[in-house]
Amino acid sequence: MQFMLLFSRQGKLRLQKWYVPLSDKEKKKITRELVQTVLARKPKMCSFLEWRDLKIVYKRYASLYFCCAIEDQDNELITLEIIHRYVELLDKYFGSVCELDIIFNFEKAYFILDEFLLGGEAQETSKKNVLKAIEQADLLQENNNTSCSMGLLLS
Amino acid sequence: MPAVSKGDGMRGLAVFISDIRNCKSKEAEIKRINKELANIRSKFKGDKALDGYSKKKYVCKLLFIFLLGHDIDFGHMEAVNLLSSNKYTEKQIGYLFISVLVNSNSELIRLINNAIKNDLSSRNPTFMCLALHCIANVGSREMAEAFAGEIPRILVAGDTMDSVKQSAALCLLRLYKTSPDLVLMGEWTSRVVHLLNDQHMGVVTAAISLITCLSQKNPDEFKTCVSLAVSRLSRIVSSASTDLQDYTYYFVPAPWLSCKLLRLLQCYPPPEDGAVKGRLVECLETILNKAQEPPKSKKVQHSNAKNAILFEAISLIIHYDSEPNLLVRACNQLGQFLQHRETNLRYLALESMCTLASSEFSHEAVKTHIETVINALKTERDVSVRQRAADLLYAMCDRSNAKQIVAEMLSYLETADYSIREEMVLKVAILAEKYAVDYSWYVDTILNLIRIAGDYVSEEVWYRVIQIVINRDDVQGYAAKTVFEALQAPACHENMVKVGGYILGEFGNLIAGDPRSSPLVQFNLLHSKFHLCSVPTRALLLSAYIKFINLFPETKSTIQEVLRSDSQIRNSDVELQQRAVEYLKLSSIASTDVLATVLEEMPPFPERESSILAKLKKKKGPGAVSVNELEEGKREGGELNGGGERGGDSSSTPSPSADLLGLRAGPPVTAAAPSAGSLLVDVFSEAGVNDDGFLSEFSRFVCKNNGVLFENQLLQIGIKSEYRQNLGRMYLFYGNKTSVQFVTFTTTLNVQAKPVEPLIEGGAQVQQVINIECLTDFSDAPLLNIKFRYGGALQNLTLKLPVTINKFFQPTEMASHDFFQRWKQLSLPQQEAQKIFKANHAMDTEVLKAKLLGLGMALLENVDPNPENFVCAGVIQTKAQQVGSLLRLEPNAQAQMYRLTVRSSKDTVSKRLCELLAEQF
Repeated sequence: MQFMLLFSRQGKLRLQKWYVPLSDKEKKKITRELVQTVLARKPKMCSFLEWRDLKIVYKRYASLYFCCAIEDQDNELITLEIIHRYVELLDKYFGSVCELDIIFNFEKAYFILDEFLLGGEAQETSKKNVLKAIEQADLLQENNNTSCSMGLLLS
Repeated sequence: MPAVSKGDGMRGLAVFISDIRNCKSKEAEIKRINKELANIRSKFKGDKALDGYSKKKYVCKLLFIFLLGHDIDFGHMEAVNLLSSNKYTEKQIGYLFISVLVNSNSELIRLINNAIKNDLSSRNPTFMCLALHCIANVGSREMAEAFAGEIPRILVAGDTMDSVKQSAALCLLRLYKTSPDLVLMGEWTSRVVHLLNDQHMGVVTAAISLITCLSQKNPDEFKTCVSLAVSRLSRIVSSASTDLQDYTYYFVPAPWLSCKLLRLLQCYPPPEDGAVKGRLVECLETILNKAQEPPKSKKVQHSNAKNAILFEAISLIIHYDSEPNLLVRACNQLGQFLQHRETNLRYLALESMCTLASSEFSHEAVKTHIETVINALKTERDVSVRQRAADLLYAMCDRSNAKQIVAEMLSYLETADYSIREEMVLKVAILAEKYAVDYSWYVDTILNLIRIAGDYVSEEVWYRVIQIVINRDDVQGYAAKTVFEALQAPACHENMVKVGGYILGEFGNLIAGDPRSSPLVQFNLLHSKFHLCSVPTRALLLSAYIKFINLFPETKSTIQEVLRSDSQIRNSDVELQQRAVEYLKLSSIASTDVLATVLEEMPPFPERESSILAKLKKKKGPGAVSVNELEEGKREGGELNGGGERGGDSSSTPSPSADLLGLRAGPPVTAAAPSAGSLLVDVFSEAGVNDDGFLSEFSRFVCKNNGVLFENQLLQIGIKSEYRQNLGRMYLFYGNKTSVQFVTFTTTLNVQAKPVEPLIEGGAQVQQVINIECLTDFSDAPLLNIKFRYGGALQNLTLKLPVTINKFFQPTEMASHDFFQRWKQLSLPQQEAQKIFKANHAMDTEVLKAKLLGLGMALLENVDPNPENFVCAGVIQTKAQQVGSLLRLEPNAQAQMYRLTVRSSKDTVSKRLCELLAEQF
């Protein structure tokens, strides 16, 4: 996988993860172009498209779009399930995750992603093991809850 | 799930994020951010030392601001400080900041690397993982230099925790992708491969990505992974859905790992071992069988995971292309998906079938789905699916269904999305040509193409139709008639005018008998389009007019009048003006005979691969870059022939290759050039730097100084060279193998060279001398670029001159004792380069000796205790320094392998010598 982007229906970028070295300028350009392309697509359309020499796999969960760029020989369907597993991890961790969780706890979203995917490849696909790693880290932290009130990603 | 702490008490951060979200406008947001930046800056600059918590909070705020899309130019130092905190959360935020925002500030990289080094050696698995994640996220060369040696050790060590192993494997993968030269698996190879057997599924999942990548680059070293992968796959495929516990995903056992295993197997040919192969075929059959079973869950995740494995298995079956049974089953399975209600599956089935269509075993099976695919092209609501359908139609096309497919594609083109029109046009053009039984159908198709999608018809397409019409006299009359009719349309595309102008100029006489298309009618029709056209088309039309004067003397006065008019003869465009003047003069002074010779019908083009195909290949290649290169090449060619040709080769020279339909760089030049390079496109695709084919030529000169460096149908280049100390002289002989002269012959070297004669007569040879001085050691050979025009076409080739570092060797004789003493002196690890490689040639002692002598070193007898081995010594003379080098070659006749070791006082020299020599034996 070359990169993963999370953005809202309004086109606001919520998370970006790049697995190939690119300049900030190039990243912004790619983001702009892809957000536009994906948002312009209708709900029933297929989740894959060709873009430059990459394949884009995306899926919408509530107000958020998850969008991955993979290479020619990579498997589209399994990438779709990578996205789903990540959403499940977020959901399990935050307890019914919504977009606000990701906005206010963006650093957690990154940490969870790093446990799940590293260098663009699946590192640990077991939900239990990923969450165990994150919880171990959380044991060292104080408690402080923020509430949220938006559409749940998984319903 | 308990309410986990989300955000560990960074209230200030939450408040700031809320503030930003409450901003009503972009301006308000920027104002708020600037306020915050000023605040953070003052905190960081303040005298009071910040505690870890505050530092973490501010760094996190900076990160948030950056992720909003604003630039951050400070805070890096504070983030680096956090790395050495012993509070996990502070360290974690520090690493996150570095991962997202690292810049190659060398001072910082050193500090970051230090912190990483500390964490890697901390033996605390959570800290080690953080450090590894950071390396994997940044993946810079500096990090590879610092850690590429250490990480393999962590990966295979027995006491490493599973989670650390997982991170280490993927960390290494990332470093290998950025700096493959720094990641050397060497002795670790087999232990890394055996990670496929690890008990922990997570470790296997992570390690297999690394193994796959390494196998692609070094298939031989990793080939033991095949049988391991097969048995692992077989265990997963045959397991019940509950066996793998948390690695089962919606009732599918280990889908990610299964896909990766199938992917890894695609790096290799089918297993040779019968038992392994049998087991694998069984797996593939089981996967295909499972696709027919009722789903275990209605969830889309279940079917996606299951089908992900199925598609990967089909990819492997297609990759092997050797099991007709499996191929046909795969095809039937995809056939079912073509009508599936899930758009995603229809898309993937179309895509996958495209590759199946090219297998001889399944081509016919794919063809049976033609109606479904045509239907998809017409009715799919999503353009990306329609695109796949068009691709598949193209792939399944053959002589039996070409007319149907081309007709469907043409009718689709009328409403096709703009984004895919150009590619569709190319495809139609290629299919029409490839499967044309009667060429009138071909001509109709291309003219239709221009009519329907003229803007998307590239030059290659209309050049090609002209080439074909010129080469086939059975279609010329039909082409003239059809194009004449097409031009009757009140509005027709400029490309149609170009084709019309060219074809009527050549073959208008074939329809002139019909009073409805008499010469004058033809001329008036063409000329009625003239004022609407661009300069290159007008230039082409002027050439058609002069051809008319030859074909139909009765049009002479009319045409001369047109040429004589101010709008032609005083045209502000110099090209048009020159054509008008020259053609007018030519038509008034030349006798009928001369005119007939000069304006003779174009000779046939040599048969060759369609240039459109080349274009499509480029389009499908790695992005649009190659197409750009192509355009650049064209421009370059245009400039190059500008000055030179004008003087030497004027339009009235009746040489066989004179290009009459266009004097200079305009499109007609290439179209009309009757030489081997019918199109520049093709010249480039064939004569560009061809590294694969050429490498062997180049390496043949490592151990010898004379020979033929390059040869194709046109040109032969021979080489003679001599070297003394750090100086060398090279004679290049350029031989023209044709009977036609090469003009504007130039060579450029990326170092200084004497110019060569600009003209080579047919059959003649010219010589060029190059004096060489070796200033310092080097790895890259000088590049020689040769350009010339043969006939009308620009030929361009780039060759590596066989100047290698070993040419500057002075042999050194020495006794056994001295040799080993010096060998020991050169004992720093970087001074040694070693390669173990398979013998490419018979291991004949005499041949080996001759090669080593040719290398330029002294071959030392009675030095190595083992008489089978060879040792050599020599000093490389460069202007800057002398580099003493020792070499030892150990043949192993039984294994048909060599071990080559080179030691020299300079690491780059050892490395280069080793590379050069490893290709020789």
